[in-house]
Amino acid sequence: MNNITRLALVAACALVLSACARQVREEPPAPVAQAPAPAAPVVADDGRFGPEDLDTNACLMQRTVLFDFDQAMIRPEFQAIMACHAKYLRDRPEARVTLEGNADERGSREYNLALGERRGNAVSAALQAAGGSAGQLTVVSYGEERPVCTEATEACWQQNRRVEIVYTAR
Amino acid sequence: MLRLLATSALLALALLLPPQARTQALEIDIVGGNAAALPITVVPMPYLGTQAAPDTDIAAVIAANLNRSGQFRTLPSANLVEKPIRGSEIQFPTWRVLKQDFIVVGRVLDAPDGGFRVEYELFDVAKQERLLGLAMTGRARGLRDIAHQISDQIYERILGVRGAFWTRIAYVTATGRGDTLQYALMVADADGHNPQTVVRSREPLMSPAWSPDGRRLAYVSFERGNSTIYIQELATGARELVASFRGINGAPSFSPDGTRLAMTLSRSGNPEIYVMDLATRALTPVTRHFAIDTEAVWMPDGQSLVFTSDRAGRPQLYQVPVAGGEATRLTFEGDYNAKASVSFDGKKIAMAQGNRNVYRIAVLDRSRATPVWQTLSPGNLDESPSFAPNASMLLYATKEGGRGVLYAVSADARVRQRLVLTDGDVREPAWSPFRQR
Repeated sequence: MNNITRLALVAACALVLSACARQVREEPPAPVAQAPAPAAPVVADDGRFGPEDLDTNACLMQRTVLFDFDQAMIRPEFQAIMACHAKYLRDRPEARVTLEGNADERGSREYNLALGERRGNAVSAALQAAGGSAGQLTVVSYGEERPVCTEATEACWQQNRRVEIVYTAR
Repeated sequence: MLRLLATSALLALALLLPPQARTQALEIDIVGGNAAALPITVVPMPYLGTQAAPDTDIAAVIAANLNRSGQFRTLPSANLVEKPIRGSEIQFPTWRVLKQDFIVVGRVLDAPDGGFRVEYELFDVAKQERLLGLAMTGRARGLRDIAHQISDQIYERILGVRGAFWTRIAYVTATGRGDTLQYALMVADADGHNPQTVVRSREPLMSPAWSPDGRRLAYVSFERGNSTIYIQELATGARELVASFRGINGAPSFSPDGTRLAMTLSRSGNPEIYVMDLATRALTPVTRHFAIDTEAVWMPDGQSLVFTSDRAGRPQLYQVPVAGGEATRLTFEGDYNAKASVSFDGKKIAMAQGNRNVYRIAVLDRSRATPVWQTLSPGNLDESPSFAPNASMLLYATKEGGRGVLYAVSADARVRQRLVLTDGDVREPAWSPFRQR
C-alpha cells in the first residue's frame, strides 16, 4: 500500500468513522438508505389512493422499514410510511401486500429467521391498526439470507435489518 | 500478497476444470499448531504393484488428518532421513533421536480383484512395540476413504478414543451475485475433499441436519417462497417435504433414534419448538411462550432438547423435556448465546456467543461441578458450531474479507483448518455421525 492510498484511507476513515472502526458501535440509529419522507402531508388529502400512486406518491414509494439491532419495534420516523400504506390498503381492499422480514448477519441464522418474522409481524400489526385488514397482509421471513449489503459495518447492517413492503396486487 | 497470488493461481487452475468442479472446489489449509501434541512419523507408503500408480498419497492424507486433530504433530517430510516401508526395516534409534513417539509405515500393493491393498503398521518408538498391523483393500477412488479409516484406527489405538476422520460434512454454499446467485447444499469428506452436490436452488437453503444413520439430511429451503423443511436421501436424491405450514418452518434436528424430527414452526403466530413423529407426521408442541423459541437440538439420551430463546430479553440457551414442561436456562455468561451443538456424551455444549459486537464459538463444559467455559474461535462473526461425532473437533462458519468460510478447530482450540470456496460463500457446516463400517 503506498502512502497516498494510505492517506486516502485514513481520510476516508475519518469521514466515516463507523465504517472503518473494527468493532462498530451497536445502535447508532441513523437510517442511511431509506430516509423517511420529509414531513409532507401525504395522508392529508381526502381523495382515495389509486394504483398509480404507488409509483408517484412520495410516501407510498417508500417500501422499506428499518429496525434497531435485535428489535422489532417500529421507530417513530417510520410511522408516516405505516400510515400511508395503511390508507392505501383501506382505499383499495383488492390490494395485497407481502411483508418480507430480514435481519443482519450477526448471530445465528435460525434465530434471525424468527427475528425477521417478528419484524414482519410488527409491520403487519401497525398496518392493521391504521386500517389495513389481515386478509390483505402476508408475512414471510428471509432471516439473514437476503442481505442488500454485505459489508461488516453498522451502516450496512442497518440496511439489512428491514421489512420490505411488496405489493403483490395493487 | 503471496496468499493472493496463490489464490489467483488456484482460480486460474479452477477455470480449466469442468464447471461442476469449479463451483464446488474447496481450498484447504491448516493454521496454528500444537507444540504439546504427540510426535508421530508417517512414512510415505509407496506403490509396489504393476498397475498405474494411484493418485492418492495415503501417508499424506493420514498425516494431514493427524495434524488437524491437534493431538498429533507429524515429522516434516524434509526430516525423513530414512523411509522404511515395513516394520522390520525400522531403525528405532534413528526415530528416538528425532524425538518421535510413534511411527507408521506401509505400502500399497495390487489386490486380486484389480483394486489396491494397503498394508500398514504402527509402532511405539520407545518400546519398539507394534501397536497395529492391518491391511485394507479398495478401488482407486476409495483410497482416501481407506486413508481416513487408517487414521481413525491409529487415533483410537493411541488415544483410546474413536477417530472421526472417516466422516463427512454437510454445508451450504452461495455463489454468483444478483440474478446468477445460486445456493447449494453440499456433502464432502470431513477434510473438505470430494464435495458432492445434494441440492441446488435459486432461493436460500439453510440448516442442514444429519439423520443418525448418516443416510439422510433434513434442511430448510425457500424454493416455494416461504421456508419449508425437506428430508432427502443422500444415496438416491429422493426427498420428502415434511413441513410447509404458514409462517416459519425451520431448524430441523433428528432425534438420536432417527424416528422424530424437532423443528421450529410459527403456525400458531409465534416461533415454537415442535417434535414430529416421522412415521405418522403427528406434531407434538414442546414450548409455548411469546418469545422466540428455535434451534432445538437433542440431548444424546433423547429425553430433552436444548434450544435458543429470547424469553429473558436476549437469546440464551435453555433445556426442556421433550415431553414438555418447564424450560431451564443453561447459559448465564455472554450477552447472546444461540445455536447449540451438543457433544456425543452430552457433557459439552458449543454455541455462538456474542459479547457486544464480537461473536465467537464458546463451549460450556457441564461435566464439572462448576461449569467451565472455553472460547474456541478468534473471529468477530463466528457462528454455526457443529461437533465431530467424537467431540475431538468442531466445525464453524465465519466471515473473512466479506466471504463466508468454514473452520475445523481442535477441541483444545490450538489447531484450525480453513475450508474456503474458490468463489462465493460457504456456511452452515454440519458434521455427520460416524459412518457405518
